[in-house]
Amino acid sequence: MQQRRLIYLDNNATTPCDPRVVDAMIPYFYEKHGNAASRSHQFGWEAEDAVDYAREQIAQLLNVEDKEIIFTSGATEANNLALKGVFEMYSRKGNHIITVETEHKAILDTCKHLEKSGAEVTYLKVGEDGLISLADLEAAIKPTTILVSVMWANNETGVIQPMREIAQICEKHGVLFHSDATQAVGKIKTHPREIGVHLLSFTAHKMYGPKGVGALYVSRKNPRVKVTAQMDGGGHERGMRSGTLNVPGIVGFGKAAEIARLEMDQDAARISKLRDHLEQELVKLEETKVNGNVNSRMPHVSNISFKHVEGEGLMMTFNQNIAVSSGSACTSASLEPSYVLVGMGLGDDLAHSSIRFSLGRLTTEEEVNSAIELVRNGVNHMRELSPIWEMYQDGVDLTKIEWSAH
Amino acid sequence: MAYSEKVLDHFKNPRNVGSLNKDAKNVGTGLVGAPECGDVMRLQIEVDESTGMIRDAKFKTFGCGSAIASSSLATEWLKGKSLNEAAGIDNMDIVEELALPPVKIHCSVLAEDAIKAAIADYRQKNGIAVEEDAATVAG
Repeated sequence: MQQRRLIYLDNNATTPCDPRVVDAMIPYFYEKHGNAASRSHQFGWEAEDAVDYAREQIAQLLNVEDKEIIFTSGATEANNLALKGVFEMYSRKGNHIITVETEHKAILDTCKHLEKSGAEVTYLKVGEDGLISLADLEAAIKPTTILVSVMWANNETGVIQPMREIAQICEKHGVLFHSDATQAVGKIKTHPREIGVHLLSFTAHKMYGPKGVGALYVSRKNPRVKVTAQMDGGGHERGMRSGTLNVPGIVGFGKAAEIARLEMDQDAARISKLRDHLEQELVKLEETKVNGNVNSRMPHVSNISFKHVEGEGLMMTFNQNIAVSSGSACTSASLEPSYVLVGMGLGDDLAHSSIRFSLGRLTTEEEVNSAIELVRNGVNHMRELSPIWEMYQDGVDLTKIEWSAH
Repeated sequence: MAYSEKVLDHFKNPRNVGSLNKDAKNVGTGLVGAPECGDVMRLQIEVDESTGMIRDAKFKTFGCGSAIASSSLATEWLKGKSLNEAAGIDNMDIVEELALPPVKIHCSVLAEDAIKAAIADYRQKNGIAVEEDAATVAG
């Protein structure tokens, strides 16, 4: 039998490094191993130059000033720095933060932490399509509101929030606007200044760069935003984030940003065609549902519920061949299904039945065609095993059954 | 998390998938779990009325690989057992046989519940009082 290569359709979890990124990084492990903060010798100058260049590459991707980029260990740290840093810096102005139920845990758990420190947090709900209501947002703003934090694109569904409209509301009320753009940067155009976003979190490993390095964009003028450092030490990164810079990682991040800036449009066009093909073929199966607004969505993501089939069981039918993620509880220790999908009004049963496909730069047409066949076979197989599929086919109303929840 | 060989075997080659006539007097059906919880098991037993032994067992399960393996294994174990023997199957026996990790223990609990529910259904249909040694069946 022909050995199939494992098909990777989980690029929202992480992307492979682009080989050009790895090539750029390698010299900074050995011959150019300096500390960018060493001001007194060649090794230090070389490392500092490399960091400056990478900062410039990243600033170009976002169309911002290079001094507005603060390097961190990743997007989680950038989110922590943005929220905690703004909360502390602007505590005289107010203590109210507005965010959304379907944000990543790096935002939600940071907000929970801040609530214990006296913050008041409003969690906006989303509609069935995953989008927030602008009216709800505006209604939530009050004199004590200091920050609105809304993710650019959702990690589970790829749904893109109305960034420009949100920014206009923030502008009107004089409130800072932060966005966790982890899933969007490098894949679609994300120009914070043009949109009106004041702080922007993102990371290298979702855009074909290395893990362990990310950044926070902090607007330096109109408005000049400051955040209180959350890491004390040598005063690196204009005092906002101490800690020796991860020079090879930053070099790779810069290269990844440059490649993304130059190739984003062609990648997105190619990948969205593959995604559309995958989705169109899979929804030909009975009783399927695409989750999230398909008109405001990342080009590489498709989140589909296959009714009456449990996600983890379904994945097990093809996980020797395809790597994807599920909104099913069984993939986590919590036994709770995806809060993102449940927040969109999907029943727990449909959340358990969901699979997230996230394509990437390396995804080929052959892989997508194989995936379609494997997933289709898996769904059919699991439905043969499913008592609730049998009931559905027999015309039993599943909502009328008294289930014994356990 | 990697699955044990035995879970993979039951998942890839599930034993006794299917349905028995739930209206037959000698068939007991247990339907446990809920779609909202991500697990539903339907386990059925067919009892040989002359001997009182379980002659056949079938299942269908909506759930993860461990849930499917637990119910598949349960049907294997049920065949040839008396109702009292069947009622004695403990979820930890399933955990041990399939080497289920702690996060999957609920799958084995569900299988035990399904066995007990199927036996209870059979007994109720046939007006058999629950014997003392199987007093936990109704739970």
